[in-house]
Amino acid sequence: MSLLLNPLAVLGAATLGMLAALGRISIYGFSTLRHMFRRPFYVKELGIALMQVGWLSLPVVGLTAIFTGGALALQIYAGGARFNAEAVVPQIVAIGMVRELGPVLVGLMIAARVTSSIAAEIATMKVTEQIDALVTLSTHPMQYLTVPRVLAGLICVPILVGVGDIIGILGGYAVATGTLGFNASTYIVNTVDFLELRDVFSSLAKGAVFGVIATLMGCYYGMNSGRGAQGVGAATKGSVEAAAILILAANFVLTGVFFSV
Amino acid sequence: MITLSNVKKSFGDNHVLRGVDLEIARGTSMVIIGGSGTGKSVALKCVLGLVTPDSGVIMVDGQDAAKAERDAFLARFGMLFQGGALFDSLPVWQNVAFRLMRGALKRPKDEAREIAIEKLRRVGLKADVADRLPAELSGGMQKRVGLARAIAAEPEIIFFDEPTTGLDPIMSGVINDLIREIVVEMGATAMTITHDMSSVRAIADHVAMLHDGVIQWTGPVGDMDNAGDPYLDQFIHGRANGPIESVR
Ligand SMILES: Nc1ncnc2c1ncn2[C@@H]1O[C@H](COP(=O)(O)OP(=O)(O)OP(=O)(O)O)[C@@H](O)[C@H]1O
Ligand SMILES: [Mg+2]
Repeated sequence: MSLLLNPLAVLGAATLGMLAALGRISIYGFSTLRHMFRRPFYVKELGIALMQVGWLSLPVVGLTAIFTGGALALQIYAGGARFNAEAVVPQIVAIGMVRELGPVLVGLMIAARVTSSIAAEIATMKVTEQIDALVTLSTHPMQYLTVPRVLAGLICVPILVGVGDIIGILGGYAVATGTLGFNASTYIVNTVDFLELRDVFSSLAKGAVFGVIATLMGCYYGMNSGRGAQGVGAATKGSVEAAAILILAANFVLTGVFFSV
Repeated sequence: MITLSNVKKSFGDNHVLRGVDLEIARGTSMVIIGGSGTGKSVALKCVLGLVTPDSGVIMVDGQDAAKAERDAFLARFGMLFQGGALFDSLPVWQNVAFRLMRGALKRPKDEAREIAIEKLRRVGLKADVADRLPAELSGGMQKRVGLARAIAAEPEIIFFDEPTTGLDPIMSGVINDLIREIVVEMGATAMTITHDMSSVRAIADHVAMLHDGVIQWTGPVGDMDNAGDPYLDQFIHGRANGPIESVR
């Protein structure tokens, strides 16, 4: 009842809760950063994380990008035709993919694929006392579990975004040259000439930030999981929600930072 | 020597430990008994710092456990968790040799593997389980792998949370003998939780019974039968009627 009668109180409580969570997440993030520079460094765990976050995400990223690039070419062609601007397809596909859709869609796919699996894995470890066991074996969970995964996100996701950008542009290229009658070499020249270094840099920088957000959320929600199967489920759901929203919010902020001047 | 003084721990309204006082002398074997849910596992975790007590002091060899340098402190301990707590992403032998493959006790991989297989043999597991994943083992086998992991680095102080639960009588006997051996031959200090009275008699130098958040009775295992404590008496004879309620 109170939920219906007092929406303001509910809204206030939710806002406070969100701010508190952001605070805890920031503290967790700083702690992760500190532990990155502490010995020992778990090389093998980093290797496994690079494999999981990077290599195994390639198919999902590629498929997401190619369909998006293709659809983008179709939309821009149809939309552009309304004011005789069909010719801008290569430029808009390039800028749309690189500046915006590449990083955001890759980030969201990573949140779906990597954040959820990290959260579920770590939460299960927590629920089955494996985290406690790690501690008793003189291994810091932050160093052994969180640092390798976050580093993998920082390293791999920019690369994935770069790959996604290229594949997305290729998707647009395939549609434009295959069905819209664009000349193949002109399309490529137009794309390359139009893109600025700043576009590419912002794309990869967004990727790095989103990679850290996605992996950090997985670790944070996993480590703070409640008890039992229900706890694991809630941690997984919470981690994906938080990662997706933070990625979109960060994207807005970063876009402002990169392109407002 | 491990000393717990007036240790209290609550989870919300659930007042689990209400002032536990307990002393375990170096090189002896203490067995903790008590009803299910009375906080035996929580007490062990308090000593290790996995659960932070609300109040009270825990000293290990005169050093306050809460203030000790964590790595050096934990390096002296081995722990068998009630649920095994094996790392399910690692094969059995790497679970057992976990401590021997990283950190201060790191040694070559072959050597670590050899030690792991030797420890597995001591808990009655053949070498061919070494390369399997924990999920491929039965519950009792997982328990024994956890036991092998707890003793792998030959710690000075070992905690066993229900080491024989889920094992057949013969295997229970093997494990009881092993724990006794570790205390007598290696001079380790052991703290064991068990519900199995034959284990208590086989393992213990001293027994402590936890009830209602406090140590209801403690003394040498030989005095247990004639202690005249109604709670202890009901517990060791497994009677449904007595001062301990059967619905908790
Ligand atoms: N992390 C926790 N959060 C909340 N409550 C907990 C937690 N750990 C233990 N408890 C509660 O503390 C009480 C004691 O638990 P504990 O696991 O120590 O029991 P136990 O004596 O080991 O029982 P058993 O013999 O069944 O293993 C239980 O009521 C349990 O619900
Ligand atoms: Mg227990």
